[in-house]
Amino acid sequence: MGEAKSEVEEKRERLEAPLRDGWRKLPHSLLIFEPATSLYYYTGDWRTFKPVRDRSKCIACLLCWVYCPEGCIYIASDGGIDVDLNYCKGCGICAKECPLGAITMVEEEK
Amino acid sequence: MAVSQEYFKTFRDLPREDWFVCGHRACQGCGEAIAVRLILKALGPNTIVVSPTGCLEIISSPFPYTSWAVPWIHVAFENAAAVASGIEAGLKVLARKGLLEKQKTNVLVLAGDGGTVDIGLQSLSGALERGHDFLYVCLDNEAYMNTGIQRSGATPFMCWTTTSQVGRVKRGNLTWKKNMPAIVAAHRVPYVATATVAYPLDLANKAKRGIETEGPAYLHVLASCPTGWRLPPELSVEISRLAVQTGFFPLYEIVDGEFRVTVEIPRRKPVAEYLKPQGRFRHLTDEDIAKIQEQVDRECARLGIP
Amino acid sequence: MARRIAVEDSHAVALAAKMANVDVIAAYPITPQTHIVEELSRMVSDGEFDAEYINVESEHSAISACIGASAVGARCFTATAGQGLALMHEILFIAAGNRFPIVMAIANRCLSPNINIWGDQSDVMSSRDCGWIQIFAENAQEIFDLILSAFKISEDDRVLLPVAVNFDGFYATHVVERMDLPEEEEVRRFLPPHRTARYKLDPDRPLTFGAIGFPAIQFELRRQWEEALCNSKQVVKEVWQEFGRIFGRHYDVLEPYRMEDAEIGFILMGGSSGTCRVAVDRLRERGFKAGMIKLRLFRPFPKEEILEAVSRLKTLITVDKHICLGGLGGPLFNDLRSLFYGFQRRINVAGFIAGVGGRDIKVEDFEHMFEKVVKGEVSPEKHVFIVRGES
Repeated sequence: MGEAKSEVEEKRERLEAPLRDGWRKLPHSLLIFEPATSLYYYTGDWRTFKPVRDRSKCIACLLCWVYCPEGCIYIASDGGIDVDLNYCKGCGICAKECPLGAITMVEEEK
Repeated sequence: MAVSQEYFKTFRDLPREDWFVCGHRACQGCGEAIAVRLILKALGPNTIVVSPTGCLEIISSPFPYTSWAVPWIHVAFENAAAVASGIEAGLKVLARKGLLEKQKTNVLVLAGDGGTVDIGLQSLSGALERGHDFLYVCLDNEAYMNTGIQRSGATPFMCWTTTSQVGRVKRGNLTWKKNMPAIVAAHRVPYVATATVAYPLDLANKAKRGIETEGPAYLHVLASCPTGWRLPPELSVEISRLAVQTGFFPLYEIVDGEFRVTVEIPRRKPVAEYLKPQGRFRHLTDEDIAKIQEQVDRECARLGIP
Repeated sequence: MARRIAVEDSHAVALAAKMANVDVIAAYPITPQTHIVEELSRMVSDGEFDAEYINVESEHSAISACIGASAVGARCFTATAGQGLALMHEILFIAAGNRFPIVMAIANRCLSPNINIWGDQSDVMSSRDCGWIQIFAENAQEIFDLILSAFKISEDDRVLLPVAVNFDGFYATHVVERMDLPEEEEVRRFLPPHRTARYKLDPDRPLTFGAIGFPAIQFELRRQWEEALCNSKQVVKEVWQEFGRIFGRHYDVLEPYRMEDAEIGFILMGGSSGTCRVAVDRLRERGFKAGMIKLRLFRPFPKEEILEAVSRLKTLITVDKHICLGGLGGPLFNDLRSLFYGFQRRINVAGFIAGVGGRDIKVEDFEHMFEKVVKGEVSPEKHVFIVRGES
């Protein structure tokens, strides 16, 4: 995990290089050449409450996956759902909408 | 009348990939973000997106971080439909001249209510009338949220915003919401529809039908905004559902001029159930709510909704 | 072999766009630009060339649609005048700053109020900081040649900036002039039939255009744009040199007339330079060492070339068709006096404002300006209006 994190940090540093390198090295008209670079920008620290899934209750109906504004709920290898807490802002829609009460919002320990 | 095709029957028919990705800076519980994810799932990666100035533009493109996995362009506030016109015309002529590999690429506008019903209305009207082949989506959060909840032409009656304040003399926005889908339909475009994030398959299918329609298509999405509506973020989807179930925001489509309700509500709930959870309507009296109920009843009757 | 034709200047504009094989035309009619778009519409309707003609509902949408078309790699063209250019104002910056090759013809027209459809340069001069390459043409031939070459300049990978080609409303739109129309084959040797876009909206390579520029990056972005615009001068010169080699008509950023030994010279842009040439000849006949510089490239401002052209001059007379209201006179006066300040040799600049709102500038007017300078009646502190009510 620590290794993966540093990879992201490195990537972020590369992406943000134009902010440091001066106008001569600025990308042409501020184009962003790479798609989906916000994947390297974590929004998880906005969160106060985090979603916790009770696997025994989840039937993978995918409602939470559809309703997540972040798109940070994903379909895991076991066919169930999982949350990428790097991005989850803790809005609580998934918990509210889950028809089986399989998700609860738990206060983050900081 | 042509039967509207169901492209997505269950959630499993939606692609797992997102083309509007994590790391965007929308507020917690943003309805617009849910809608954009779903619309792009419906349209897929062969899509060029135009966004005018607004929440979506701000949250998705702070250099060097882009949340777009499809080509995306922002030019200005009032001209998204004109930019899309140029894109569509450019692609068409280049394809005709044999200069493009793809014969067809989706052209999609993702705009806010200000960029659509107010400042962008002229350019949208022009593009609709000219018949460009594109899908224009209005993500309507009913005010200028990005600049701090100022009133727009899409703001509902008696709603509080920072420029329609509730005071001793005036109590909120004193005009009724502009009926944008009807304005678009008056252009006699082949496809007009409304949607909310609470009915995701309805929304995705409408986006897909819109883009598959030859010529201009318009989708008006009520995009819940916890920040501007003064609403706990977890109620974002629930409130969108109540908007439909109370008849405040009926879901329908108009295909080649033929109107049909897509989500039938056998027994409408009282509009108070939609208004009460929202801080922006906190000041409403029973009398005010009755007035709104009356207007909702009238509008539903006009649309043939029980 | 070129064909000599008689052509309305507006149609010369349309012919240039047609021979450039533009893909998209987005335009809104406005006097005195109308004959240009009418002719283009006719050409497209007759199938003379294959383009999408977008009948936009405003000039704001015209330039916006051009941005969209340019962003997918199309070669695009628009034309406007006066109020139309003013309505485009916001988007002019974006077209240039986000580096979209677009060519626009401007039939220069006086900006309201009061409503006036006739020619002066208040429209383009009010947009002069928009970051476009701005070129001024005098007659049908020049208009045709400069528009054709504008596509090549605009699309050059070292430039990627929009180009505006200006000419006088009515005086250079609604007149019929002689012109040499090149063969298609010659044009193709000069300008490839299609644009090759380096950066475009393409699902196979998704780029994000128009990202937010926070304070941490916006200044650098502006600096980059300024550099690109200034550097484009070299490309403009190269393209015009190549044009000269192929077509035999030679253009440079400015055109001196009888300047070799001139002591007092005029500088101006656009169609009035023809009249000014006659005035210079008359003044020469009267024994004055008069000369003239026709400025063809206004932005980027060709500083070095101007300094070289005026190196022997005592006084330069600027003739502006626009007032920088409440400021220091006309734009040329401002730019040139600023350029000469601190220059090793003193050059006086005498600023005249003339031809506003379509007022004809006659040969006698130029002579009158010259005489005032000779008599020492022009204070360097004050510009002179060639207007009724002032001597």
